[in-house]
Formats: sequence, C-alpha cells, structure tokens
Amino acid sequence: MLAYPFMVNALEAGTTVAIMAGVAGWFMTLRRQTFAGHTLSLIAFPGAAAAALAGLPAAVGYFGFCGIGALALGRIAGSTQGHASESAATGTLQAFALALGFLFVSLYHGILSGLDSLLFGTFLGITRGQVVALVAVAAVTVALTGLAARPLLFASVDPEVARGGGVPVTALGFGFLLLLGLAVAETSQITGALLVFALLVTPAATAHELTSRPWLGIALSVALALAVTWLGLILAYYSIYPVGFYITSLSFGGYVLVRVGRATVRRRVARPSFETAH
Amino acid sequence: MGSEPARRAIDERDTTTAAVVLSDAAVQVGGHTVWRQVSLTVQPGELVAVLGPNGSGKSTLVKALLGLLPLSAGSASVLGRPPGAARAQIGYLPQRHGFDQNARVRGVDLVRLGLDGARFGIPLPWLHSSRIATRRVAEVVDRCGASAFARKSIGELSGGEQQRLLIAQALVRGPRLLLLDEPLDSLDLPNQAAVAELVRRICEEEGVAVMLVTHDVNPIIPFLDRVIYIAAGTAVEGTPDEVVSSETLSRLYQAPIEVLQASDGRLVVVGQPEAPFVHGHRHRG
Repeated sequence: MLAYPFMVNALEAGTTVAIMAGVAGWFMTLRRQTFAGHTLSLIAFPGAAAAALAGLPAAVGYFGFCGIGALALGRIAGSTQGHASESAATGTLQAFALALGFLFVSLYHGILSGLDSLLFGTFLGITRGQVVALVAVAAVTVALTGLAARPLLFASVDPEVARGGGVPVTALGFGFLLLLGLAVAETSQITGALLVFALLVTPAATAHELTSRPWLGIALSVALALAVTWLGLILAYYSIYPVGFYITSLSFGGYVLVRVGRATVRRRVARPSFETAH
Repeated sequence: MGSEPARRAIDERDTTTAAVVLSDAAVQVGGHTVWRQVSLTVQPGELVAVLGPNGSGKSTLVKALLGLLPLSAGSASVLGRPPGAARAQIGYLPQRHGFDQNARVRGVDLVRLGLDGARFGIPLPWLHSSRIATRRVAEVVDRCGASAFARKSIGELSGGEQQRLLIAQALVRGPRLLLLDEPLDSLDLPNQAAVAELVRRICEEEGVAVMLVTHDVNPIIPFLDRVIYIAAGTAVEGTPDEVVSSETLSRLYQAPIEVLQASDGRLVVVGQPEAPFVHGHRHRG
C-alpha cells in the first residue's frame, strides 16, 4: 500500500488534517460554534468550484473562501446582539454560499465526478504540493493555537471573568473563527465539503463525552480523528467505496458507542446511590 | 500549609492604601447617566455590601472599578492605581445564572483558569511552576469547602457548589480586592448563609477588601462592616444601621421610604420607587 506515492500523500495529508481538525473541533464544540463550522464548510464548496473555474489549484479556493468566510462570520458575531440574530445571519450566508457553489459548478461544465469529490471527498488526487501546503498551514495554526490555548479556553468557558482578568476575549473569538476557517479548508480537501463534520465535530464531541479535562480532551479528540482517518484511508484503499463514507461511519460509530456506554454507566451508578440516599 | 510565595505576598500586603476610593464619580452608559456624585472609600479587610434596586447601577459600579467602563466625571482609585491597572490584584465574580447543565469543564479547571488562564503559552504539567499552581488551586478549593466536588463537571453541581468554586476562582491569585456581583442570587437560604459566612471568613483571614453586590441585604447583614446604597442616580455609604433606615433612604430617594423590621429580624424596605432607568444588566449577566 505504501509503495504507491498517492497513498503516501493521502496518509500524510490525512494525518495533518486530523490533527488540525481535532484541535479546532474540540474548541468549536466547547464554544458551541458548530453552526459556524458548518457554514464555513459550505463556503469551502464554492471556494473549490471557483478555483476550478479559474484554473487555480483547489487549495487556493478552499483557503481563500474559508478565510474570507471566517472574517465575515467574525463581523457578524461582533455586530449582532444575541444568539438568535447571529445564527439567522450565519444561515443566510450559508444558503448564499451553497447557491454560489452550484453556480460555479454549472459555469464550469465539469464532469460529475468532480462535483462528487468536492462534496464527498477524495484521496486519490492529492499532490505533493498539496501535502506541503496542508502541513505548512496546519503547523502554523496549531502552534498559534497552542500558545493561545489557555486564554482561549478561559474566554470560551467563562468570558466575563476572562475579560475582567484582562483576556482579549473579542480578539480571541475572531482569531478562533479564522483558525476554524483554515481547519475547515484543510479538512474539506480530504472529506469533501459535506463530510467535514466527520473529522471536525464527531471526534471532538466524542472526546467531550469521555472527559471534561481540557488538555486530555484535546489529545483524545486528535487521537480519535487520527484513528478514523487512518482506518478510513486503509479501508478505502482495499475496497471500492469512497473514503468520506468510511471516515464518517467510523467516527459516527465511535460516538454512538461512547454515548450508549456513558448512559449505561450513569444508570448503573445512579441506581444504588438513589437507594442509599433515601 | 500555605505555599511560601502566597503567604509572603499576604504578609507584605500594603494595609494602608485604601482598596477603593471614588470621589464625585459619574458613569454614563449609552448616553444615560447611571449615577453621579458618588464618593466612597473601602478599606482593606472590610466587607461592604453594594445594595440598591434592580437597574440602579450596582453592576455598573463593579465594571467601573474593573476599568471596563470609563468614568464620565470625578476620579477613581483602585488599590492606589487607576481602574484597570490593578486587575491582576482583583478577584471578580460576575453576575450570572449558573452554568448550563452540559458545561463540560471541571471545577478545578475553572479555578486554575482564574490563576493562569490569562497567560499565553503552553502549560507543561511537569514544570515546577505548574506543580506550585496545582497545589495553590487545591489549597484555595479546600479553603472554600469545595474539595469534595471540585473534580466534577461544573454543570452537574448545585448553585451553592458552583458559587463556592467561583469564589475559589476569584480568590486563587491572592487578590487584595474581591468584587462579587450577586454571589447569593439563586441560592437557597442555607446556602446563602453558608456563602456569606465563607466570604466573611476570607475577608478576615486574608485581609481582603470585599465589595459584595446584592439586592437583598438580609442574608449578609450580620457579616457586614458597611453598606453602599445605590439608588435614584447616586449613592450613600455608612454602617448598615445608618444606611438601611427610613431617614437615609427617604433622603436618598427624596420620597417617603419606610424600613420595617419583621419579627425574625429581616429588614423590609417599603415605598421604594422603581428604578428610573433599567439598563439590561440583569439579563446580560
């Protein structure tokens, strides 16, 4: 399997993407910004389609559109009061992005399989250059996130106290959206725009179910994202089904297992303590 | 067995500079003057309640002292420096309505964030400084009587348990001034008494100045040194007996107010007009 350069590229790209998605996804779930993440993933789609239309590498479209999308979401978050109008404005952006994507695809007159891989992912066409770009972007953003991790955690769980203690809460929120945009742009290149959540949300949500220790949670989120990516790539290599399907199903399966397991444990713990308490 | 640096910091504490001095201060929010001509002093080691009806500007006072809202007139000094400059020495507990049930973060982690959460850089657990921090957190959590539940997710805890952890968070850096905004809100009576007692003990043992915002003075009246009463666009200060009296409140509101004492000793203020200007603190936390 590793004798084929395309498979080596895919594994390297997948590893990079999984690390970044694990970190960004953990914070996204904590901050309850999954809707913003979803919107960014739909913005990735017109990005890639526009890049194809303009004859540019897809990565340029992904990073460009997701970066601009993150800035727009940051503006929305800064200018609206209250959660309801923020999510309404975000939803509006989402619908527009999707429509734009279809426009670009129909202008391009591309082959249908091109659309498929934009939406549902591919690992066959990953080039050396793409891997280098993925690694470079991930290295810079993960390092910056690491340096800002404590204030970001503080601002996420307890914004008022953090602000009182001198943490730049608003600036961190903006910076985080940018990180999220780049993470979505990276993840889209493996899983496609529609299945970004398989790596961005599911491993992070599973980690949040398993532990409320922050640093352990981030490590777990990354580990789970890595596991499903590697397994997904290997399974896709030996079968005819697309990689996005495997990654999504594996991470979904893990999430369901953990939830069911936790509910069972809780019921077992709850019953005797109820009896002794009364 | 307090950690050495923390103990030394307490010994070297400056006990002469007033914790808070406001003279002729005024604050505007959105073009409205919330209060003006407010002059008050809080000394180290004092427990002072900030009273007043909803919307009178109690949280505004706290935010002004933190430097989050500028004064529109007069001057303020917090721990001998302009507001905002002394933030590292202030423990702050904002008004809030509890963490939601799904908040997946442990109590000890919240307290730890209060200690070094504002610092950039990657925390490395094997470093000496990190071990000192862990010990400091355990010590403060213990002092607030929260050790038994500090390792659970904050969302699973009761209001009283959450409040103990949040007070520990506000205390963890060894502050010289504690600003507690409605710490007794949404607690049942036994928990109100327990938290009030805890605050009094901290105030005495550590020589911290405490300003505690509340709309109901009764649970804490036995523990108070002085009272600041904000109403009708300004404020008065004095002992609880002086301030929470028919005479002082009538003068403050310029309307007849009666303070009645119920048979159980609780004070009831009668005839208090509605706040003239409600500025949305209550639901924004």
